[in-house]
Amino acid sequence: MSSNKRIVVPGEVIEGITPSVQEFYVFNYGDTTRASMIGVLDIKQDGQINFSPINGIYMPREGDVVIGLVTSHGVSNWFLDINSPYQAILSVQDFFGVRQNSQAPEDPFRYLQIGEFVKAKIVAFDRIRNPLLTVQDKGLGKIVEGSVIIIHPTKVARVIGKKGSMIETLKATTGCEYFVAVNGAIHIKCGNKDLEAIAETAIETIEKQAHTSGLTERIKKFIEEERKIRGV
Amino acid sequence: MMVRPEKFIDGSGRRVDGRLPNELRPIKMQIGLLKNANGSALVEYGLTKVIAAVYGPRESQKFVSLPDRASLRVRYHMAPFSTEERKNPVPTRREIELSKVLRESLEPIVMTNYFPRTTIDVFVEVLQSDGGTRTVAATAASLALADAGIPIKALFGGVAIGKVDGVLVVDINEVEDMYGDADMPIIAAPDLSLVTLYQLNGVLSKDEFQEAFDMAINAITRIVNMEKETLKSSYQVENKEGDLEK
Repeated sequence: MSSNKRIVVPGEVIEGITPSVQEFYVFNYGDTTRASMIGVLDIKQDGQINFSPINGIYMPREGDVVIGLVTSHGVSNWFLDINSPYQAILSVQDFFGVRQNSQAPEDPFRYLQIGEFVKAKIVAFDRIRNPLLTVQDKGLGKIVEGSVIIIHPTKVARVIGKKGSMIETLKATTGCEYFVAVNGAIHIKCGNKDLEAIAETAIETIEKQAHTSGLTERIKKFIEEERKIRGV
Repeated sequence: MMVRPEKFIDGSGRRVDGRLPNELRPIKMQIGLLKNANGSALVEYGLTKVIAAVYGPRESQKFVSLPDRASLRVRYHMAPFSTEERKNPVPTRREIELSKVLRESLEPIVMTNYFPRTTIDVFVEVLQSDGGTRTVAATAASLALADAGIPIKALFGGVAIGKVDGVLVVDINEVEDMYGDADMPIIAAPDLSLVTLYQLNGVLSKDEFQEAFDMAINAITRIVNMEKETLKSSYQVENKEGDLEK
């Protein structure tokens, strides 16, 4: 399906799009709807309009699964950098799954230290509270193997690609496991340092060339060539 | 010290630097030149050069945090080497005041209400001064905010109108500012018909005042169009670079 893409700048009038409460990329001003950021306006043939910002930040949302970097800890909680303006909180009680009649270890901060990554879900976030995290769900918890690479949150969509085409290409060509968190942190698990390095370079390339066409093919070629050179 | 020219407008109607009264200085704009900042821009109006860096929204320190919106901090500063004589780098009364005035001119445009309890920092550093630094600073801040991906209601720009030898002139330089009869800096977002800074130093008649305002809005519209071009072309260029590697 062909589509008509153009770059819009802040203040530009956009027709046929309704601003939602969550997203601040477009807003109503008087009788007009305008963009508030630089972004790509994609007018599809069937009349569907999509606006994706080029720059921007990650705003936490309840239910999002994010990867956070532990930056410090308080008396009974850790503080995590989740690549957003708000510092996330993970409580010791939650991390150890403490229920009634059980207790967290005496030295909880030995088990999760500053500089380590955690995969967690946001359970609560609003205008007056910082995001509260939980690891009590399937697949969540401290990241113990592989590596984490942090990209710009607006480029996450490109790393996944249309209907997952880019991430599928990455999986197929490198054989690694990827987890792309909405806040722009990507967990790569390869079991091989060379493959991991290739995957990281590929993702960095995707981030840099996010708004170019034919990227998936180029990435595929790059990974195949690189694997030949490194012999993995 | 600059010498006062005998005439500000010569026989053919041209100004001290050869411009016509309604002509802007040559304008240059560049974005994304600082790695550490979320957004940055370098803007030149003739010899006046200003760099702007934008950080945020980021976590507030407790004492500046606001419960319902992001706090906006603006620092206007002139580099010690920006003037003919060395400028003491300590912020002067004038710089503190201009920081406040610029902050107030950004507040109606930056959509701070989406980011409660955070801080947005805007730093503008005058690298070379030749009149109209506050208006160049506004234009640079506009581009840097857009580059940082901070939601703003519209792009904005600034220009100063002056009066020399009884003639209204657009985008005055240092000499015209120093010895002219009036200096009227304006910051506006023409897309929204919104004026956010309006100052006047000197004396203008009521008619002159109206004419000067119209000249300013006209000039700002031209400047904002240049901003749009700059933003659009910097992303298109990246497009082409990517395609070359095919």
